[in-house]
Amino acid sequence: MFYREAGDFKTTYAEDNQTFPLKLDRIGYYAILLVGFLVVPFVIDDYWVSAVLLPFLIYSIATIGLNILTGYCGQVSLGSGGFMAVGAYASYKLMTSFPDLSMIIVVLLSGAITAMVGIVFGLPSLRIKGFYLAVATLAAQFFLVWMFNKVEWFYNYSASGQINAPERTVFGFNITGAEVQPFVAYLFCLSFVVVLAWAARNMTRSNTGRRWMAIRDMDIAAEIIGVNPLGAKLSAFAVSSFYIGVAGALLFSVYLGAAEVGEAFGISKSFLLLFMVIIGGLGSIFGSFAGAAFMVLFPVLLKNIMVGQLGWATDIAAHFEFVIVGALIIIFLIVEPHGLAALWRVTKEKLRLWPFPH
Amino acid sequence: MKLTKFAAIAAAALTVASPVLADLVFPSLSYRTGPYAAGGIPFADGYADYFTLVNERDGGIGGAKAKVVECETGYNTEKGVECYESTKGMGALVYQPLSTGITYQLIPKTAADGIPMHTMGYGRTSAANGKVFRNVFNYPDNYWNGASAIVNHLLEINGGDIKGKKLALVYHNSAYGKEPIRTLEALAEKHGFKLTLLPVDHPGQEQKSQWLQIRRERPDYVAMWGWGVMNPTAIQEAANIRFPMENFIGIWWSGSENDVKPVGMAADGYKAVTFHNVGSDFPIFADIQKYVVDAGKAAGAGDQIGTVLYNRGLYAAMLAAEAVKKAQAIHGTKDINASMMRDGMEALEITEDIMAAQGMPGFGPSFKVSCENHGGSGTVGVQQWDAKAGKWNLISDFKPTDGDVIGALIKEDSMKYATENNITEGCN
Repeated sequence: MFYREAGDFKTTYAEDNQTFPLKLDRIGYYAILLVGFLVVPFVIDDYWVSAVLLPFLIYSIATIGLNILTGYCGQVSLGSGGFMAVGAYASYKLMTSFPDLSMIIVVLLSGAITAMVGIVFGLPSLRIKGFYLAVATLAAQFFLVWMFNKVEWFYNYSASGQINAPERTVFGFNITGAEVQPFVAYLFCLSFVVVLAWAARNMTRSNTGRRWMAIRDMDIAAEIIGVNPLGAKLSAFAVSSFYIGVAGALLFSVYLGAAEVGEAFGISKSFLLLFMVIIGGLGSIFGSFAGAAFMVLFPVLLKNIMVGQLGWATDIAAHFEFVIVGALIIIFLIVEPHGLAALWRVTKEKLRLWPFPH
Repeated sequence: MKLTKFAAIAAAALTVASPVLADLVFPSLSYRTGPYAAGGIPFADGYADYFTLVNERDGGIGGAKAKVVECETGYNTEKGVECYESTKGMGALVYQPLSTGITYQLIPKTAADGIPMHTMGYGRTSAANGKVFRNVFNYPDNYWNGASAIVNHLLEINGGDIKGKKLALVYHNSAYGKEPIRTLEALAEKHGFKLTLLPVDHPGQEQKSQWLQIRRERPDYVAMWGWGVMNPTAIQEAANIRFPMENFIGIWWSGSENDVKPVGMAADGYKAVTFHNVGSDFPIFADIQKYVVDAGKAAGAGDQIGTVLYNRGLYAAMLAAEAVKKAQAIHGTKDINASMMRDGMEALEITEDIMAAQGMPGFGPSFKVSCENHGGSGTVGVQQWDAKAGKWNLISDFKPTDGDVIGALIKEDSMKYATENNITEGCN
C-alpha cells in the first residue's frame, strides 16, 4: 500500500538508474544515515561502541570486501584472515614509522598495501578455479600468518611478538590508544563504512562490476564477449583486498588496540568472514551488512539474554550459543540458500503487493 | 511492526542489565569453553570458591561482601574486550584475564579507566616496573623469573656448570610462548649453554616435527612454554621418543594434572616450575569443604578442588582479598573503589603469618610490593610429577631468580613501552 513504485515518476535516465528506485527506500536510507551520524554518537557508551558497533562496522567492511571477490567475481577465498593481518601489520608499521601521519591516511595506505599483496596472491586465479583456488588462498592465509610470526621486523622486534597501537589522533581527537572517546571511534569507522559501501555499491553497478559478474557467471563466455580475465580477476582481488586491509587496520588499531597474528587473524577469521558472506547473501551489499550483523551481534545478544537476563552459568550459555547459532545457520541455508539478502528481497516483493496480493 | 518490536527487544537485551552495586566486585574473565577450557575451568573455580568461602565464613572482606562476576572469554581477545566493557561499569576492583593476549589489550584500557589488573605469572613481564605500568601488577612471579628458575634448576643439578649443554625450548607460537626467549638468550650467553627454539602453532596438537628435531639434535634438556592441549601432546611425544622426563621442565602453565595424567606412567618424573604450593594438605581446604562444598555453593562441577590450577585460582583470590584488606586499612573505609584497590595492591605485603592466618601456611613465597616493583619477590619453586601416587610434589623451596639479568630486561622493555606511549616514569 505504502511501499510501491506507483506515483514515483522518473523523467531522466539518471533517476531511472539510481540505487534505490523506490521513494520509501530512499527515505529509509537517508534516515539511517542521519540516525547513524547525528543521533547514535550522542547516545552510545563504551560498551555499545567496543562490544557491538565497532565489530559490526569493521566486519561489514571486511564482508563487503570478500563479497566483491567471492560474491561478485566468483573467486572463493580462504585467505581473508591473512589479508586482514596484512592491513593490521601495515598500519602498525606506518603508525610507528611515521608518527605524524593522519590515521585516515594510515588506514587507506594499509588498504593499498593489502591490495598489492592481494594481487600477488590473486595471480594463480588465472590458472586455477573453484576448490583449487580456495586451497591456493588457504596457502596465502598460512603463509602470511607464519611470516608475521617469523619476521621480527613486522612487530618492531618486541619481545612477545604482539603489536600495540600507539596513540594517534584525527582532527585533534584521539582515535587509537587508551583515551579514545567512544563516539570518535564510532564516527571514524562509520565514515569508512559509508564511503566504502557507497563505492562498492556503485562499482558493482559499473563497467567493472559487470565484468566481474560476467567472469563469475561463465568465464569462457565472458572472455568471448571481450572481458579480459586478467584485468577483471586481478581488479577484483585488488579491490577486495583493499577493503579487507582497511578492515584489518581498523580492527587492530581502533577496535582491539593490540593484536597477535595467530590469535586475531587465524584461519578461523577467514571462515568467519566467509560465513558472513554466505549467511548475508553472495553478491549483495546489503547482505554483507546483514551477515556481519548476524555473526557479530547475535552471539552478544544471546549471551546477554542467557547470562544477563536469565542468570545462567557462563559455560552453559556459551555452549548454547554455539548450538543456537549453528542451528540457525543450517536453518537459514535450508530455507533460504541465498542468504539474508534474498530473504529481504522476498519481503520487499511481498510488501509491494500488501495487503492485496491478488 | 513485528520487526521494530523485535528490534526494540533486541536493543534492550544488548544493553547489559547493570546490577545493583555490590560491595566488592571481582570480575572473572574465565574460559570454561574452547581449546583452553581444561586450564580455565579449575582456575575460575578456585577464584570463585575462595570468595564464596570468605563470604560464608567471615561475612565478607572487612565486613563487605565480595561478588564474583563471571564472563566467558573462550581465550578469545574479541570476547575479552566485550567482557571487560560489560563488567567495568559494575564497580570492578581488579581484572585477572588469565590470557596474555587479553592482558595486552587491557593494559591501555585499564590505565585509562583507572582499574588495576593483576596478571599473576602471565601477561606483559615488564609490567613489573610499576613506575611505567601504574595499574598492572604481576606479583609474585613473571615469565622471566620462570625462565631463570628453569636455568637455575639446571645449574643446581649440574653442580653449577652448564657450559656447552643444550637446552631446547618448545613454545606456543604466540605472545605468551615468545615471552621467555629474550631472557633465555641472555642467560644462554651468561652461562654458556646452547638454546634451540622450537615453536608450536596453536592449538598445539601437531608436534611431530618439533620432536623429530629434538630426537635428531639430542638436547640435554627441554623447557616448555605450553598451554591447553599442547602440554599433554608434548609430554606424550617426549615419552614416545623416550626423552628422560626428569630433563623436561615446563613453565607453571605446563604443570597441571591435565597435562601429565593423559600420558600415564610415562609422564613420571616430569618437572615444572611453580610459584605456589601443590596439593590439598592445607587447613583452608577443610573450610572449603565445610562452607562451600557441603553447602552446595562450589563453583563449576566442584571436582577440581586441590588441583594445581584450582590452587592457583585460590591463591590469586587470596592475594586479591589481602589487597582489599590493605586498601581498607589505608583508606579507612570498607567500601573501596578501584583506585583504592590499586593503592592496596601497591602496598601489599604477604608474610608467612598472613598466609598461615588464611589457612594456607607456606602456600606461596612471602613478598612485598612497591611502586618500583610490581613484580613481587620473583622466587620460584620446582614441582615434580609422581605418576604412581598421581600427585605433584614440591621438590625445591621458593628460590630467588637471576635479578640482574631480568631487571635489566624489564627496564629496557618497559622504557620502550613508555616512549612509544608517551608515559613519564614516576610514582605519583
